[in-house]
Amino acid sequence: MTTDAVLAPFIIGLPLAGAVILLLFGKRMGRVAGVIGSATVGVAFILGVISFFSLLSRPEEERAVSRHLFEWITAGSFQAGVDLLVDQLSIVMVLVVTGVGALIHVYSIGYMHGDERYPRFFAYLNLFVAFMLVLVLADNLLLLYVGWEGVGLCSYLLIGFWFERRAAANAAKKAFIVNRIGDFSFLLGILLLAFTVGSLTIGGVNSAAAGELTAGTATVAALLLFGGATGKSAQIPLYVWLPDAMEGPTPVSALIHAATMVTAGVYMVVRFSPVFEASGGTALAVVAWVGAITALWAALMACAEYDIKRVLAYSTISQLGYMFLAAGVGAYSAGMFHLVTHAFFKALMFLGAGAVMHALAGEVDMRKMGGLRKAMPVVGLTFLAGVLAISGVAPFAGFFSKDSILASAWFEDQYALWGIAVFTTLLTAFYMARLFFRVFEGDLKVPEGAHPHDAPRSMAAALVPLAVLAVIGGVINLPRLVTLEHFLEPVVGESHVPTGLTPWVLGGIALLVGIAGILIARAFYTTTAGATRRQRLQRLAPWFVTAVRNKFFVDRIYGRGIVLPGKALASFSSSVLDTKVIDGVVNGVAWLIGRGAEEGRHVQTGYVRNYAVITLLGVVVLVGILFLRIGVA
Amino acid sequence: MTDVPPGYFLALAGLMFTIGVIGVLVRRNAIVLFMFIELMLNAVNLVFVTFARMKGNIDGQVLVFFVLVVAAAEVVVGLAIIMLIARRRASANVDDVRLLKW
Repeated sequence: MTTDAVLAPFIIGLPLAGAVILLLFGKRMGRVAGVIGSATVGVAFILGVISFFSLLSRPEEERAVSRHLFEWITAGSFQAGVDLLVDQLSIVMVLVVTGVGALIHVYSIGYMHGDERYPRFFAYLNLFVAFMLVLVLADNLLLLYVGWEGVGLCSYLLIGFWFERRAAANAAKKAFIVNRIGDFSFLLGILLLAFTVGSLTIGGVNSAAAGELTAGTATVAALLLFGGATGKSAQIPLYVWLPDAMEGPTPVSALIHAATMVTAGVYMVVRFSPVFEASGGTALAVVAWVGAITALWAALMACAEYDIKRVLAYSTISQLGYMFLAAGVGAYSAGMFHLVTHAFFKALMFLGAGAVMHALAGEVDMRKMGGLRKAMPVVGLTFLAGVLAISGVAPFAGFFSKDSILASAWFEDQYALWGIAVFTTLLTAFYMARLFFRVFEGDLKVPEGAHPHDAPRSMAAALVPLAVLAVIGGVINLPRLVTLEHFLEPVVGESHVPTGLTPWVLGGIALLVGIAGILIARAFYTTTAGATRRQRLQRLAPWFVTAVRNKFFVDRIYGRGIVLPGKALASFSSSVLDTKVIDGVVNGVAWLIGRGAEEGRHVQTGYVRNYAVITLLGVVVLVGILFLRIGVA
Repeated sequence: MTDVPPGYFLALAGLMFTIGVIGVLVRRNAIVLFMFIELMLNAVNLVFVTFARMKGNIDGQVLVFFVLVVAAAEVVVGLAIIMLIARRRASANVDDVRLLKW
């Protein structure tokens, strides 16, 4: 057996063991809990790196290895085992999950210091990493679904980690319920594939998609699977949970709601790309358009948000939209590339935002901050790296990944999608620069009673490596040199970005647009004239400003249109259906029998002859029936 | 002995049974009721014997013996009960003994 196949169960097992140990004995450990939690994920990362090199050492066609651990479900001809698949795609995800995960664990040692449920936090975080690894390493859809639901559970637990706060508890419930809606669609998709294909292994489903699956079935299956992805990866129409999820501790936002869990949908779409392609364009078009519109939609809302974590949340939704756009135009490796770089720079920015909150006693309103760069240089500088990366400024990581998505859209002749994406790039650069200028530039401004200080060592230990990755992360896919694209080719197929002048021009446009966004933000937010400029712009379309500030009223529409009727139905069920109808039937039967017995007992007169008459009548009836049946002889 | 047609026996048995039934329904004295019940049993016995003879099969006659034995046992128990009731109430009227009612 190859080294990576041997190591795969341990990569999952380590964080899982960490979670179990911390849940059972964490209370007595105190600060050691954080070290154990970080160590399990760190070692898992090392194992991941070893697996990666073991995989690289083999020739290209032998790189995918499946490891059968044990039989799980056998029902008739249907079989599902606990199988792990180590291939180019899953190893990339493993490295991102464990690598970024380990850094965020280290960061949490400092960030969660002093929290009364400190060990439990690491237990949940470890459990999350374990489930996420199950999700990416699963070799069949059913096991993938286990990981899928598992990360959803951990997300719920961690968003509601400070459940004493009503907003956190509500946000956790909202995230869980909205995700359940998507998961239901996902489950339907799995069942449909199980019925039509008969096997749920990745190889089985994908080869069936390339062969016997009809276009209609494939479309339905792909759209159902994508429905699950819209929930988990926060796309229209199910994105509403992600901004609220920011109620959780910041490392959670960084790990789960930026770097890993929310990318599960993208991973799933890429993993089952043959199913999406088998639908003959429909499913992929839906994926691409949902992605593009979500990217624009969320970017608009990010421009009007003052809560720094929520800006980052909307930005995450928007960037996930880019990834789906890439997958939708068939540029799977570009999507995966952006997934990786986004994990770097978005985790970085969340951790930076966390460091700011940490320094300012939990303040998240950017209007109350300013000039923090001098007070916290490490955070300011690393955050700047993140901003430049996401804005697509060369040579930072985000430039390469975003550019490859834009170029893919262009070369697939999807000019409308390209246009939306480019405009979104402008907005992205604008809102990120706005955040940066407001928080870190200008005169020092902090909420009362706060004493800004730079990130403690454990936090900086996570910020700096992530910042380095955000700066140089692009090298993993330098055009025609070291390429992730080429590495992923056996799994996702070749990408078709041609050579020539056009890619350079497109890259240049993306770069200029990004820089333009930053310059606009600079004109609006760093000078004294900026405020009047902003007002003048807002006066152009006040209704639009209102709409954006109110998040396009989506939460209110969902509240009125879905939650309220749901609540009405629930209270109708509990007050009318349950108490009147269900209880009514049960009580009614009891009443009927009681009443019948009350009346019927008067038959018992106590007179022997009455009984004799009844006996006689019974005999007469019986004999009569016998005569009728047999006939008089 | 000349053969009497079985129909006569059956008619007699029917008559006896009917008298028994009517008697049970209209009389109230427990002893009398008992006699009417015996009458019904004997009507049935007669039917058994008749058919046994008709078919040349001994089974019916055997059954009669069973009925007689059971009837004897029943009378013993029944009379004992009637005796006890009569001692308590100084009456053998079944309508007086209607405690097991609603």
